[in-house]
This record gives sequence, structure tokens and C-alpha cells, in this order.
Amino acid sequence: MNESAGPHIPRTRPRFSATFDREVISEIQRAAATGIYDIRGGGSKRKLPHFDDLLFLGASVSRYPLEGYREKCGTDVVLGTRFASKPIRLKIPVTIAGMSFGSLSGQAKEALGRGASIAGTSTTTGDGGMTEEERGHSDTLVYQYLPSRYGMNLRDLRRADAIEVVIGQGAKPGGGGMLLGQKITPRVAAMRNLPEGIDQRSACRHPDWTGPDDLEIKILELRELTGWEKPIYVKVGASRPYYDTALAVKAGADVVVLDGMQGGTAATQEVFIEHVGLPILAAIRPAVQALQDLGFHRKIQLIVSGGIRSGADVAKALALGADAVSIGTAALIALGDNSPEFEAEYEKLGTVAGAYDDWHEGRDPAGITTQDAALAARLDPVKGGRRLANYLAVLTLEAQAIARACGKSHLHNLEPEDLVALTIEAAAMAQVPLAGTSWIPGKTVGL
Amino acid sequence: MSAAVAASGVVVFDLAASRLRDLNAALAGLTRETNFAAWRVENPRGEHAIAVGVTAPVSITVDGPVGYYCAGMNDGADVTILGNAGPGVAENMMSGRVHVMGDASQAAGATAHGGLLVIEGNASARCGISMKGVDIVVKGSVGHMSAFMAQSGNLVVLGDAGEALGDSLYEARLFVRGKVASLGADCEEKEMTEEAAGILAGLLRRADARAEVSAFRFYGSARKLYSFHVDNAGDY
Repeated sequence: MNESAGPHIPRTRPRFSATFDREVISEIQRAAATGIYDIRGGGSKRKLPHFDDLLFLGASVSRYPLEGYREKCGTDVVLGTRFASKPIRLKIPVTIAGMSFGSLSGQAKEALGRGASIAGTSTTTGDGGMTEEERGHSDTLVYQYLPSRYGMNLRDLRRADAIEVVIGQGAKPGGGGMLLGQKITPRVAAMRNLPEGIDQRSACRHPDWTGPDDLEIKILELRELTGWEKPIYVKVGASRPYYDTALAVKAGADVVVLDGMQGGTAATQEVFIEHVGLPILAAIRPAVQALQDLGFHRKIQLIVSGGIRSGADVAKALALGADAVSIGTAALIALGDNSPEFEAEYEKLGTVAGAYDDWHEGRDPAGITTQDAALAARLDPVKGGRRLANYLAVLTLEAQAIARACGKSHLHNLEPEDLVALTIEAAAMAQVPLAGTSWIPGKTVGL
Repeated sequence: MSAAVAASGVVVFDLAASRLRDLNAALAGLTRETNFAAWRVENPRGEHAIAVGVTAPVSITVDGPVGYYCAGMNDGADVTILGNAGPGVAENMMSGRVHVMGDASQAAGATAHGGLLVIEGNASARCGISMKGVDIVVKGSVGHMSAFMAQSGNLVVLGDAGEALGDSLYEARLFVRGKVASLGADCEEKEMTEEAAGILAGLLRRADARAEVSAFRFYGSARKLYSFHVDNAGDY
């Protein structure tokens, strides 16, 4: 013992602030160094009330289950039964969400088409027009009609199977798209009619209509352009789901697509992704309520998206009243995004497999969110499509397993009565009872 | 369907007696080799989406005012509107010609990729918004935010332009003979080069517009917003 050091005085361990945690501090430091907001891909990463906060009750004395391996549990869905003379018929209620060529490589778009077609479902274009890769490999292709109208043309409109008028998306309700210069290659620039290499900003409003009354006329035009054959979807980011759904119905939509804030984007400001919009759990019941109030539930179909990962999520979304779900981020992961196979390369980019979200930079080691020819060539569209098809099969089988346990012969027979919530917040949002009680906050009184 | 072929060979379609859907279906069914090369639409009465998506090189005369999106996505037809046009006339036109004999409402020629849109009167706000290659000649004036985010093509205005002309412009060329209330972000006046003057002269000729090239000013993108930069934060 060193006597000159004096008595030992305990020191307080370094303590990090819950408010100014390490991520907050690093963001302030980054902002101070660059002077511009952080841009990234993906959806909200914060902990949100979600489907994990719900449980199925399963069969009991008063509920009769179906035999898991023998009795049929239907999974098909028909979309666009209101006005379209050729509604879409899918084998499974899990569709692939809109993602653009530009944000994704041509190989990735082809793989999405291949996987969706094997599974018997649809895929969707994005803010960059329709490519031959996705049209050629997608049995059922939904053509997005976006504010930018990049690549929009009559031929593609007429060879689509459905048209999705995009008003907003969950990652950024009220915001337009971005595609930074690294990804504006000659092909992308030509499709979008833009100079090569610029940082492109997509419009956030449609150029030729404003508000629900105009939307009704726009939908009329789209129907006239396509002979009233194709289902017209209206996609909104979850923010005011009751009124947005009601107005989409009023405007003449065949299908409403509702995207929660966990839904991904190719590139948007971090602050936008994390602070604007609603988690999908909070949005489904108001949208269903609007359809029920107007007498259109199950007549106008509702597709929900934003954080769908498993068959349990699919089953819960359908039990809350949706007709189908969409996946985007999960589909990219199934293709190979964030695979540990590329761990060393993720580390070179300053991140790790599982956390990579700089999709806008175009340096994706998995070759999915890139326009770099060498990186894009890493994704084999056939193998990627197979992985996606496998994943879609698992989602479907899992959802069927739950539905059978609840005694349902079709996924659409699942209902809110099959669910309870683990938290008061989830109970209020999903409008199902808190587990072990009959209490639905905002709906019933007391326990 | 209430269509009849007149002695002149013109197919006459009366919207007072037939459905819009039947008109557009008949036009959509035309091939490039059709013998029914001339159409006349009577009693349009401001109806929306008249003569949209025509891909045959036929001439269509609409005998009166039209509502929204007349000749939308036109791809090869020559459409003449004998009256005023509602919002989005010739929106997303791919090719062909649309001629409005009266005034046009908002978003005339929005996002159009090709063809020629001629407006004899005035055009309202957002004329040529997000245009992608179309040529537009307005013989009167245009409203505010015209050529907003215009990507390519040419907008010629013989009258005045409202506020924020060419805001967030990409590579479209704007020619204005009268006063410009204000320029939008990243839009600047350019020197009238020989190439630009030639383009303007050609458009004036094609639109049968009597005006001297020397009376116009030429505007284009300053290209300062093409890359995100902290110094431009106030303009994003």
C-alpha cells in the first residue's frame, strides 16, 4: 500500500445520460461537423407498440380448433372487387411493397418478381418507372403512380395488373423521395429524365391534382385510360387513417394501402423517419372502422404494411381487419440484405451486418440497394427469388398454423376477438382487451 | 354508342347521348392504320378525361369546353379543344399535339414527355409542372409556379409569368416575352444563345405564334441545387 496516496475514496462510475445517450451525442457531433441532416434508408428503428404486444388466445372449451396438418385453411385473396373488371387474385395475402429501380438494382427487382411469382403474389414498381426485369418476371405487377411521375407512360400503365396512386408512405408521410447522385447512373437518369449524378428530390405532392375531390377525377382518368379493367389502389402513410381511408373510398379506390412508420424508404431524413407518422398497430383499426362505417369492409380491400416480419404479424394484421399485408424491408432481408456473409465489408462502411441502413449511398455489399454493376452482380436473381419464395411460404404457413389453432378455415376469418394485448398502449391502439381482463382502453370501463 | 360518320368522313360522337367510357374505348381501339382519321366530339360540357390515352395518329376536335385531364397521356393524336380546358390538359402527353383555343386551368402539360401543347389564351398556375420533354407554347400569360421542377423540354410564354417561375428547375428551357413576377429557387436568366434562339424560333413557327425571338428572355437552371450542400440549406 502506498501510504502517500492517502485513504481510498470511491469514485462515481461514468454515467451516460438517458436523454443525451451515445447515439444522440454522436448525431449532434455529426450534425455539427457537416451542417446537414442525416439521411438513411429503412424505417423507424425505435421501440414502438407493435404486433409483438398482441397475443392470440387460441382454441379453448368454447372454441374449436382445426387439425393442423389436414384441415384446409384458405389463404387466397382477391383485390379490386369494387370497380375493376379484372381484379387481382393472389394465392397468399402477403404482397411485395413498392420499391424503385434506382433505389434497388435491376437484379434485385428481378429477384422480387421471381420470388413473388413463385409464391403466387404480386410485386410493385416504385418511384422510377417500370423495368423489363420486373415486368418480365412478375406474374402480377402493381404500377405505382407517384408525384414525380418518373418513367410514367401509357404503355406501362396498360401492361400493369393494377395501379397504385401513392399519396404517401409510412416512413415519411408528407415527404417526397430522394435518390442521391451515387445512384443516378445513365440508365436511372434516362428512365427519370434527369441529369446523371445529381442528388434527385422527388415531389411530395402530385403535380396535377390537390385534395380528395381532385383525386376522384384523377382516378376516373386512370380508369378511362385503362378501360376500367385494373384495380386502383390508393396508398397512404399512416397519419390520419380514419379520414384518409374514408376519403380514398369516396374518391373511388378499389384498394386502400396503409403503411406504418416502420415501413422502409430508400432514403429520407432520419428525423422524418423517426418522428412523423404512426406505427401500423395504431392505424389499422381506425382504417377498418372507416370501411365499416361506410359499409365497405371486405368490399374495398385494405392492405397494411410497416414492420411485417413473421406469420404471426400477418395473422394479427388480418385479425385486426386487413385483407392483406405488404412487405418491403423483410423481402430485402430475405434476398440477402444485411447478411453476415458480408460482415467484413459492412465494417469497412462503419457499420455491422444487421444495422446497415445507408442504402442511399449505393455501396450495398449484398448488391441489392445499389446501382454499382459489380456489387449488383453479387445477387443472383434466381437464388434470391427462391429465398424470397421460401420466406413467403414460411409467413403463410405460420399464419395458417395460428389460424387453425383459432379454429379458422381461412385467414380472413381471424378477428379481433381472437386477440388480447400485453400492454395498455397496445390494447388501446388495437382495440382488443388487455390480457386477462375485458378492458379495452377508450372503449370499455373498468376491469 | 352515339357515333355517326358524317359525309365528310368525320366520326361525330355526341357526349350528350353517349357515355365518356364509350368514347375513350372507341378511341383506344383505333390502330395506327385506321381509316377513321378525323373525330369530332360534340357536347363535351366540361366533362373530365375526354380523349385520354389515344395512340393513333388521328385528329380529334372537341367542340366546347372540357374539364380535367383532356387528352391526358396523349400519344400521337392531334387534339383541338374549341373552348377552355380544365386542369391538367395534356398531362403526361407522350407525343402528338394538343391545341386549346381558349384558356387553360392549372397544371397544363404537367409531367408531359413529348409532343406540342399550344394554348391560345392564358394558362393558370403550374403550367408545365414537372415537364419531361414536352414543348408548350402559351400565347397569353402563365400563373405562379409555372415550370416547377421542370425536367426537360421548352416552355414559351408570349405574355407574362407569375411568381416563382421555374422553381427547382432541372434542364427545361423557359422563354418569356413579357414580365416575370419573380424567379423560383435555382432559376436564372441565361444568355439567349444561337441554339436557344433557334429552338424558340422553331416553336413559334410550329405554334403559328407571331412574335419576334429578340423580344424574349431565356431562363434555365442555375444548377446550384443539384447536389445537397450546407450553403443551400435555405433553398431545400
